[in-house]
Amino acid sequence: MEPAEIVQHSGGVIGVSWLTIVLPLLGAAILLLGGRRSDRWGHFLGVAMSLASFVVAALVFFELLGLGADQRRRLVQLYEFLPAGTVDVKLGLLLDPLSISFALLITGVGSLIHIYSIGYMAHDPDRRRFFAYLNLFVAAMLLLVLSDNYLGLYIGWEGVGLASYLLIGFWQHKPSAAAAAKKAFVVNRVGDMGLALGIFVIFTTFGTLSFGPIFSHASQASQGTLTLIGLALLVGACGKSAQLPLQSWLLDAMEGPTPVSALIHAATMVTAGVYLVVRSGAIFEGAPTAQLVVTIVGVATLLAGAIIGTAKDDIKKALAGSTMSQIGYMMLAAGLGPVGYAFAIAHLIAHGFFKASMFLGAGSVMHAMNDEVDMRKYGGLASVMKITWITFGLGYLAIIGFPLLSGYWTKDGIIETAMEHNAILGWLAVAGAGITGFYMSRVFFMTFHGERRWDKDAHPHESPAVMTWPLIILSIGSVFGGAFLIAGNRFMEFLAPAVGRPEEMPSFQPFSLTGLVTLALVAVGVVYAWLKYGRSAVPAVAPRGSFLTVFARRDLYGDALNEALFMRPGQWLTRLAVFFDNRGVDGLVNGLAALIGGTSGRLRRVQTGFVRSYALSIFFGAALLVGAWFVVGNL
Amino acid sequence: MPWLSILMGVPVVGALAVAAVPKGNAKLAKQLTLAVSLVVLALTLVMASQFDPSGPRDQFSEVHSWIPSFGVHYAVAVDGIALVLIALAVVLVPIVVLASWHDADQPEAKRSVKTYFALILVLEAMMIGVFAATDIFLFYVFFEAMLIPMYFMIGSYGGAQRSYAAVKFLLYSLFGGLLMLVAVIALYTVAGKGTFLQPELIGVIKDPATQKWLFLGFFIAFAVKAPLWPFHTWLPDAAAQAPAGAAVLLVGVLDKVGTYGMLRFCLELFPDAAKFFTPLVITLSVIGIVYGAIVAIGQTDMKRLIAYTSISHFGFITMGVFAMTANAGSGATLYMVNHGFSTGALFLLAGFLINRRGSQYIEDYGGVRKVAPILAGTFLIAGLSSLSLPGLSTFVSEFLVLIGTFQRYAVPGVIALSGMVLAAVYILWMYQRMMTGPTAEKVKAMPDLNLREKFVVAPLIALLIGFGFFPAPLLNVINPAVEQTLTSVQAPQFTPAVPATAEKKGPGQ
Repeated sequence: MEPAEIVQHSGGVIGVSWLTIVLPLLGAAILLLGGRRSDRWGHFLGVAMSLASFVVAALVFFELLGLGADQRRRLVQLYEFLPAGTVDVKLGLLLDPLSISFALLITGVGSLIHIYSIGYMAHDPDRRRFFAYLNLFVAAMLLLVLSDNYLGLYIGWEGVGLASYLLIGFWQHKPSAAAAAKKAFVVNRVGDMGLALGIFVIFTTFGTLSFGPIFSHASQASQGTLTLIGLALLVGACGKSAQLPLQSWLLDAMEGPTPVSALIHAATMVTAGVYLVVRSGAIFEGAPTAQLVVTIVGVATLLAGAIIGTAKDDIKKALAGSTMSQIGYMMLAAGLGPVGYAFAIAHLIAHGFFKASMFLGAGSVMHAMNDEVDMRKYGGLASVMKITWITFGLGYLAIIGFPLLSGYWTKDGIIETAMEHNAILGWLAVAGAGITGFYMSRVFFMTFHGERRWDKDAHPHESPAVMTWPLIILSIGSVFGGAFLIAGNRFMEFLAPAVGRPEEMPSFQPFSLTGLVTLALVAVGVVYAWLKYGRSAVPAVAPRGSFLTVFARRDLYGDALNEALFMRPGQWLTRLAVFFDNRGVDGLVNGLAALIGGTSGRLRRVQTGFVRSYALSIFFGAALLVGAWFVVGNL
Repeated sequence: MPWLSILMGVPVVGALAVAAVPKGNAKLAKQLTLAVSLVVLALTLVMASQFDPSGPRDQFSEVHSWIPSFGVHYAVAVDGIALVLIALAVVLVPIVVLASWHDADQPEAKRSVKTYFALILVLEAMMIGVFAATDIFLFYVFFEAMLIPMYFMIGSYGGAQRSYAAVKFLLYSLFGGLLMLVAVIALYTVAGKGTFLQPELIGVIKDPATQKWLFLGFFIAFAVKAPLWPFHTWLPDAAAQAPAGAAVLLVGVLDKVGTYGMLRFCLELFPDAAKFFTPLVITLSVIGIVYGAIVAIGQTDMKRLIAYTSISHFGFITMGVFAMTANAGSGATLYMVNHGFSTGALFLLAGFLINRRGSQYIEDYGGVRKVAPILAGTFLIAGLSSLSLPGLSTFVSEFLVLIGTFQRYAVPGVIALSGMVLAAVYILWMYQRMMTGPTAEKVKAMPDLNLREKFVVAPLIALLIGFGFFPAPLLNVINPAVEQTLTSVQAPQFTPAVPATAEKKGPGQ
């Protein structure tokens, strides 16, 4: 079934839904302009703006629920943004089940992370600036998902890129953080080129950038055009969502403060690529080749991320590898058409909860361990930080797909759908689940179990309530979120007006063959990890490892590849161009000047007086050329 | 009311008054200059408020015979394009005056402080004149006369190699001006209408070969001015040696005369030749975009770096002008304005940094953000505007240029897209080296922006952000003039393959 029609809306809470964007934006502006004066209360303002935005989003959600299912796509026109030539873009917001799901996730998880940050950043002299950037991020991310056109989406898209840049490089005095921030922005810009290209082709094809008319006319465009658009959009999605081959920035992005990793580089921003593909479903459905490429990228990344996750000793980088991998699952689902969309977004939401819970848990551990990130220096923390242990543990069980927890429902849905679609994709996704079982168990056991390998000056303790409460709330979502969304196809029904209803609703088979094999593989992974990292002693220094371990530890040589393919040649090209510009172009001109005017040394010495003499030579020259003109013209 | 003559007259009278200030009283000269430039700004705003975008193309028109025997007129008027460029100039002048408060005080300056400020006002009058002139001869006079104050500003108040840079600037410009003079005279002769008035010369030159020659005469002059690759090498020297304020006026406004001239004269007077040379111009523009950005990445001197970014940006503008679509044309015009604000902010902030540290080399900085957060923060915003971040006005213009070019020339449009990535590299790498990391020893005592400097930067940033979210006020003025230009060029209309508008429904519905 086609998605429902988009209806103009005014009035009600939906009519002022722009407040969700404006409030956090205002917060960011106040905090940035306020300077040191706002240091004392800045973090409270940041939290308040984020919470207010959440409240508005929740009210909009309930107002949408009050409408009939086929009435739940509301368009709120804001203002004439770009009146030029034929572009003529009116900025508007599209409130529908898809966008409001994101808005709730962003503001909900976002607010929890704001609250957590009060405690986590308590000793940072720049805490106010941190909250300003967080607010800026929330505003930009909401613009991304709520816009009713590709230009607004693009503005939000690059806006979250800016927020991500500012937050990765928040501790700018660390050269590694500054370099990671720049890398993230530049790699994302490569993706943005793809998105921009997709937008250009969309515009030349449809003559508009608004979702409604584009999607309703998509079927009339040629398949070649749709494939081109789809692939270009996919490049953008790969950049933002750290999918192969644009994944390299995400691991470095862990240089940012941990709440940033949780919010931006796990729960929300990095899922924007999935949003883009699902939102542009009408285009991808007309371009099977593009869809196939989306699924291949998804599967490749879910495996690559999982493999990287197995070899990392830095807890944040292990989690970052897992983020890549989980987004790979979402991307895979997004490439499967309407059946996959609901699973993709459900997994995205479930992941938002359990991954945020684990990242914040990791932050809680780091907080306790003097900012140590090396898991080889953790161990046995379960007894000293019980709440963190339990909440992290629930997140861990959810991600590996422990029966009835969130990840079990959503990930299994993706695997089953992929299996029906293409067995190779399906089995690779199953294999990924097995590896997930291993590497997440490795993280969990190395951190919370086994013997204590702490540094001498480490005195771990449980974090303050302002940090543990968000953990508790997130872990509740990790436990029940998946069942709530998937059971009875609740989320699929909810989403249908926005993304279309699949021809056949999937029926959930709790103990299908695929499901059982998956569970068995996960169990093998868990047991193996327990034997290796739970029961036996973990060496304090990482062993050299086999070729494969090194391969994984070095991020599958992604950086080395980028360096060899782009950075080195780029440096040479730059040097060559600078040399050429100084010697070649300029040298030629200076040489010419020297030839005419004597030596260039003399040219340097000559100063005023030149004006007059050259004014004179203008007229001589002009006369000469006019003469020549008439000679030539008369020939 | 002769608005445009008043706008030119006020700064000229102001310049004379500033020059008449007693030598010892430099402060009075500065204050007077600032006051005059603010009066001009206020007058321009009043004039702009009376401009009717849906009215006739040329408004506030004044025509007086000047040299009757040759049909030369003192003729001025503005359309939407000229109006926004004049507005750009008069907004930048007071900002530059305030920013240059102490720039002419340096002992090695060759001329007095008041002369510097008088020159700024003289230049302001000429900048207004050159955009307002509708008589081609008058345009030429302003075009050349503008060089004189700028030559002295660079040559007398600039850096160590100022003389070399000033002469190089002058030589290049005069070379271009010479070609243009030839073309102006030839146009007058061939047209045989006995007038230099631009509107009367539209569509007069029919012969294709003549059009091509005349086009080249104008175009090369403008390409040197703009500057378009490969005529660009004077710009990095001039901009690096000029005092920061002069660099802003040079790159921000004077160079726009080149791209403005292409739009107003090359396209309208010689449409067939313009179309003939379009592939060449687009190619040079795309080379300039990529080449300027790559060379910018490799710079060690921040002022030279900013100059090279401008070469890349000018590539975008010329590409937009010659794409000859309504979107690209409006985008290119808007780009001229936004680039003035963006590069202006970058040059002025670079100037503040150089005043503090005494070096324009990037490697001499490091960790500035820690000691001067406002300076670093505003520098970052200016830098982000240079890489056309959405939310800042430069994004709107770059987007329009790219989408408008892509409609007609897909491949150049795609290659130009790479400028997005390269811009991120040159800006953020410079920021990383100068502002982040451990604070360099010689930077540790660096003070943050003082009140005067904040007043310099704040309006520019407010404009960049304001027009980033609300570009409509500028676009509504620009659009009609661009459309009229394209009508006289007879550029083909663009139709999408699958026209989809909100009103029409697809057959599936």
